Amino acid sequence: MRQEVRLGGFGGQGIVLAGYILGKAAALYDGKEAVFMQSYGPEARGGACAAELIIDDEPIDYPMVSNPELLVLMSQEAFSKYGSAAAEGAQLIVDTDLVESATREDWLHDIPATRIAEELGNRMVANVIMLGFLCATTGVVSREALEESIRTTVRPGLAELNLKALARGFEYVSAGAKV
Amino acid sequence: MAVATEERVLTGQQFMNGDVACAEGALAAGCSFFAGYPITPSTEIAERLARRLPAVGGRYVQMEDELASMAAILGASWAGAKSMTATSGPGFSLMMENIGLGMMTEVPCVVVNVQRGGPSTGLPTLVSQADVMQAKWGSHGDYEPIAYSPASPQEMFDLTVKAFNAAERYRLPVFVLGDEVVGHMTERVTIPPAAEIDIVDRKRPSAPPDDGWLPYAPDDDLIPPMACAGEGYGFHITGLTHDERGYPTGDPLVHDRLVRRLSRKIQVHANEICEVEKLHTDDAEVVVIAYGATSRAARHAVLAARERGIRAGLLRLITLWPFPRGVVKELGNTARRFVVAELNLGQIAREAERYTRLPISLVNHAGGMMLPPEVILRAIMEAEA
Amino acid sequence: MSGEIVVNAHPLDDLLRADRLPHIWCPGCGLGPIMACMANAMADSAIPIDKHVVVSGIGCTGRVAGYLKVDSFHTTHGRPIPFATGLKLAKPELQVTVFSGDGDLFAIGGNHLIHAARRNVDINVICVNNFNYGMTGGQAGPTTPMGARTSTTPYGNVDPSFNLPRLAATLGAVYVARWTSLHVRQLEKSIRRAIKKEGFTFIEVLSPCPVGFGKSNNLGEGLDEMELYRTNCVVYPEADLSQADIELKHDSTIIVGDFVDIERPVYGAGGGEE
Repeated sequence: MRQEVRLGGFGGQGIVLAGYILGKAAALYDGKEAVFMQSYGPEARGGACAAELIIDDEPIDYPMVSNPELLVLMSQEAFSKYGSAAAEGAQLIVDTDLVESATREDWLHDIPATRIAEELGNRMVANVIMLGFLCATTGVVSREALEESIRTTVRPGLAELNLKALARGFEYVSAGAKV
Repeated sequence: MAVATEERVLTGQQFMNGDVACAEGALAAGCSFFAGYPITPSTEIAERLARRLPAVGGRYVQMEDELASMAAILGASWAGAKSMTATSGPGFSLMMENIGLGMMTEVPCVVVNVQRGGPSTGLPTLVSQADVMQAKWGSHGDYEPIAYSPASPQEMFDLTVKAFNAAERYRLPVFVLGDEVVGHMTERVTIPPAAEIDIVDRKRPSAPPDDGWLPYAPDDDLIPPMACAGEGYGFHITGLTHDERGYPTGDPLVHDRLVRRLSRKIQVHANEICEVEKLHTDDAEVVVIAYGATSRAARHAVLAARERGIRAGLLRLITLWPFPRGVVKELGNTARRFVVAELNLGQIAREAERYTRLPISLVNHAGGMMLPPEVILRAIMEAEA
Repeated sequence: MSGEIVVNAHPLDDLLRADRLPHIWCPGCGLGPIMACMANAMADSAIPIDKHVVVSGIGCTGRVAGYLKVDSFHTTHGRPIPFATGLKLAKPELQVTVFSGDGDLFAIGGNHLIHAARRNVDINVICVNNFNYGMTGGQAGPTTPMGARTSTTPYGNVDPSFNLPRLAATLGAVYVARWTSLHVRQLEKSIRRAIKKEGFTFIEVLSPCPVGFGKSNNLGEGLDEMELYRTNCVVYPEADLSQADIELKHDSTIIVGDFVDIERPVYGAGGGEE
């Protein structure tokens, strides 16, 4: 089944890296096909930032995302731009403190990822907390694959912190947190 | 035939974008010299090689422009290195001058063009396939280029290896005509063990240096063996029309013989160079011709058409030059219509017209976005109706 | 006595492609003696002849590559320096000399020259300056003195000209000299120095171009211009290079000499590499 994922936020949040880690988890460690595309150009420097991902059990022909079912949004701007345009049945994962939604509906899952990251001592891992939460909420990739993808992607010295962050993202769901 | 060296090959499954895969392909193929000038969307190739080449004893040089980059890789090739540069449209335009020198003096090297929208500065960050004819005719005079069109990061790896091998085998600058989508998309790339990567090295003179050696005396395959600088051959190389000694001449007969050989050395090997991929073409009434990123949308469209009971097929061009004319001729005998899908105003469609009497529908866009599969599907359905 | 002198061999036969002679240069051109200086300097160098490589661009001087019997490249207009950069960096054991003209190196190829000098690539550049585009029939170029008449400056050249040693010194060339086709001993010594020197060296050599430039600018035949060099050149190595412009008139001096000989880190010899 083809699943399209869009990640949005602002520069410096590690949006692109999160997309890469997720795609790598699917393509190398979950036995699936994945295509990862990062938005390119001026928008990739500061300001708004987006990454897109397609995960499928079959080889992926057309590599462009058109109607993402999964959206991971870490800024109000990204939420305004992509959230309202999300297809019916889409699920949104947002950072509680960074996105204000007028209507909090059941398709909206939120987690204070940046706040948790600060508790861990490094706000740079908010992206990985979002990934853990996304994975627990939607099952788009396996936890083991994500962990392996992190281990093979981040600098060795940062692996432990990132794996801890991933776990916090997972726990947040298992703790039964709801919007 | 030799095989790749282990320390150069990142064997295993990688999740990498097309530009990075291209750089890894170059390393696997034995590239030890890269000269370039950063330009979107090819810059990641330079960045990757700037990091990787010194670690394997190679050299990365950032030049002042693309004129210099192309000149430098020719010089490095004459020094015996497998050399390469990477660029996009505006830089490709500047390189044409020394691509001509490379064709005329028969210098093995690889030029990667990750295509973006043109003319001029155009769309720096967005896809296009509008440099296909520039690759064929861009430098002045007659010559016969080789150009590969990768459709995935995996092929950015595979075809870069092939490009180096073809450059060494046939002695000319070989093009990898990527595009922004294929360059920037990240996918699984399987890099084989070094022992499974075949490497071709240029033909060398069979005799030690002596006064009688002729640097441009071709063998039966029309390709002259190549000596390198500093080996004692004392050769002279010139971009002027030259005889077998390498000496300049204004003799029209020598010129005609030389220029014909430069083209014929590729034409007579076209069958071993040309590559295509066929999908459902055997019984196809409508054959879509596509290449590069566009071929991915075309594949989707062809499969969707099949689901609707339409006998559609895909002819994916892997080499654009030499143009796989034979297969187009053959399919012209069995199909009823061609659809050419490409991100330009009909460059390959016009080339295909030379080899078939079948009607050709062109489904295209000038660039900046991919052709969506639905648009190609509609063209198939209209062609079939 | 008829005065006819018959020789069976030329002392530079081993270094010249005798099968390509006679050369294409005009009577009175300074390129012959300049090329001989290069051949002598190569022969005298400690580096085996097989390791010497000469790279030229396009123009009269560009033909030097074709007459020297070493691995030699006659490349594209303006690009011998980046071509030589590729050769040298890919095979550092080569002794690479770029031999080209003022138009090739400072007009169409100017950008390459400034960057090769900035990097301090270990190549030698010998620029034969004849003040015009000789091969194409005497058009103005970047070294044509102001006021000079050429086929493209029929009312006198309005462009200021480059002062090549000053420019090269400013760019960081580790060795900079200027001689003329008359100063063959000094020139040969300079080339020997350049071959020994590591880094980007630059030698300007003034040369008469009687057919393309001399006749239309009151300089007479080749020998007349050589006489002008003899009378007007001042060897002044300590000169302030900003004063070393060339007017090429009978009443103006030409400053020549070895102006710069300094040390700078050579490109690729450690600095900036992993």
